[in-house]
Amino acid sequence: MKKEFNTIANLVEKKSKVLDVGCGDGELMKYINENITNDIRGLEISKSNVQKCVAKGLTVIEGDAEKDLKQFPNSSFDYVILSQTLQAFLDPENVISELLRVGKKAIVTIPNFGYWKVRIHLLFKGTMPITKDLPNEWYNTPNLHMCTIKDFVNYCNKKNIKINSKNLSYKNLFSQLGIFVIEK
Amino acid sequence: MNDIDKVKKLIIDKPLKLDCGQTISNFPLAYETYGKLNDKKDNAILAFHALTGDQFASGLNPITKKEGWWNYLIGPGKAIDTKKYFVICANVIGGCMGSYGPSNVNPKTNKNFGTEFPVITINDMVNAQYHLLEFFKIKKLFSVLGGSMGGMQVLQFVSNFPDKSETAIPIACAHSHSAQNIALNELGRQSIMADHNWENGFYVENNKSPDKGLAVARMAAHITYLSKKGLQEKFGRKLQERDDLKFGFDADFQIESYLRHQGSVFVDRFDANSYLYITRAMDYFDLSKQFDGNLSKAFEKTNTKFFIISFTSDWLYPTSENREIVIALNSIGKNVGFAEITSDKGHDSFLLNIPDFLNTIKNFLNTSYYKLNEKRI
Repeated sequence: MKKEFNTIANLVEKKSKVLDVGCGDGELMKYINENITNDIRGLEISKSNVQKCVAKGLTVIEGDAEKDLKQFPNSSFDYVILSQTLQAFLDPENVISELLRVGKKAIVTIPNFGYWKVRIHLLFKGTMPITKDLPNEWYNTPNLHMCTIKDFVNYCNKKNIKINSKNLSYKNLFSQLGIFVIEK
Repeated sequence: MNDIDKVKKLIIDKPLKLDCGQTISNFPLAYETYGKLNDKKDNAILAFHALTGDQFASGLNPITKKEGWWNYLIGPGKAIDTKKYFVICANVIGGCMGSYGPSNVNPKTNKNFGTEFPVITINDMVNAQYHLLEFFKIKKLFSVLGGSMGGMQVLQFVSNFPDKSETAIPIACAHSHSAQNIALNELGRQSIMADHNWENGFYVENNKSPDKGLAVARMAAHITYLSKKGLQEKFGRKLQERDDLKFGFDADFQIESYLRHQGSVFVDRFDANSYLYITRAMDYFDLSKQFDGNLSKAFEKTNTKFFIISFTSDWLYPTSENREIVIALNSIGKNVGFAEITSDKGHDSFLLNIPDFLNTIKNFLNTSYYKLNEKRI
């Protein structure tokens, strides 16, 4: 299990109703299902991942977050989780607004392009950074909209989305991953 | 005694008001069961069959001597393990495997009903089968499932009886029969009715049988159950027991021979009038219309947990139509899972040995059953 899953799971209140958008192979859902709340379901675009979720006994809906979030009513989940897929959407702005419509709160994680190793890589090597959280080359990366922790916080502030932004400069330099709870 | 007279039947004495306005009573519902109903009576699954299916879902069909139509799915040690679950399957009314249908004798005329049998609907089929719950004294089923027309019955069942099943699995179906599907069914019906041996539906008393019409109906329908890719891969332009074209109208191609075979074996086991009645029931099916065009309303009162399954190459009941059911359930916050299974085998996929499909059902049911019992403890 990825180490951030524990952090994400701890942000979810017990017995709450959760939607994991882009739930992948269901590892995070399984952890939350077993430890936090069993009222959880996932939305996943990849057929092989859907089968992996089904094999784990999880409730999964095969679908595309960019198209299929709109079928859920307003505030129908206590938490909507989006783990490391925001940057891969064609229209992340729309996805964020849908997350905040469907969920009372949204938990969003992003790979931080402002992480010092990323900055150093670009500064000294002069090529697109490749790290543990950004493992692909520029020509085959699924990431279309990379941002830094600071970018994401600035965006939320601009859109009047509630977000915790303590120690922003420090986190923006030293965190590989940003994990946020946001709400309207 | 005819073999069909020997199948298990529940005689439903309560009157059943049909959608067409007529009321039927004291009518037979043929059924079969697999596995054992446990003491808590919480392990019962009602399986609904498709257009040409019957109550013999698993094991050997005693009438046709062929494997049950869902033998891959249901049985001891299978995806729906009958060592654990109790599976009930009934022949739909209008059918021809022992349930009340057009080949029954009309007590008023002492002749076969033929086309004097009332037109039935999916709603009527489901209401008739509901009596099986009372018969087995089951308060709540663990699951209802079915593919194609069986899936339509699942949707209607949950809508009619919102608190009578823990889970529901509609497979490769639609909440409203499309124009294309009505058209294809009409093609089959016209083929039967164009056979001069059909005799306006009264062929039995005239010692005739519209075999040719029924066989053509089956051939046409069979094509719709497959996919272009599946047909091309299996048959291509391969010739049937010959080295070259014969410049005639014999079955030169393997696909022709295959379809002719499918048609000819079908007429031995299926009644032409039943084919008319059941296809009509499918065409009339429009669950959203029953709720003023709002499908979500059909499921407003239920807490049944759904899992919907479609297949990539099914063009008869495509994923888009199955997804409409998912959307209707999600839009009112109901519990629903959905998977589109990859298969080149077309609509028929739900009857075949496709591991992802069988595992999806198995995992969904077993997890739901586990959670149900966990909740009680």
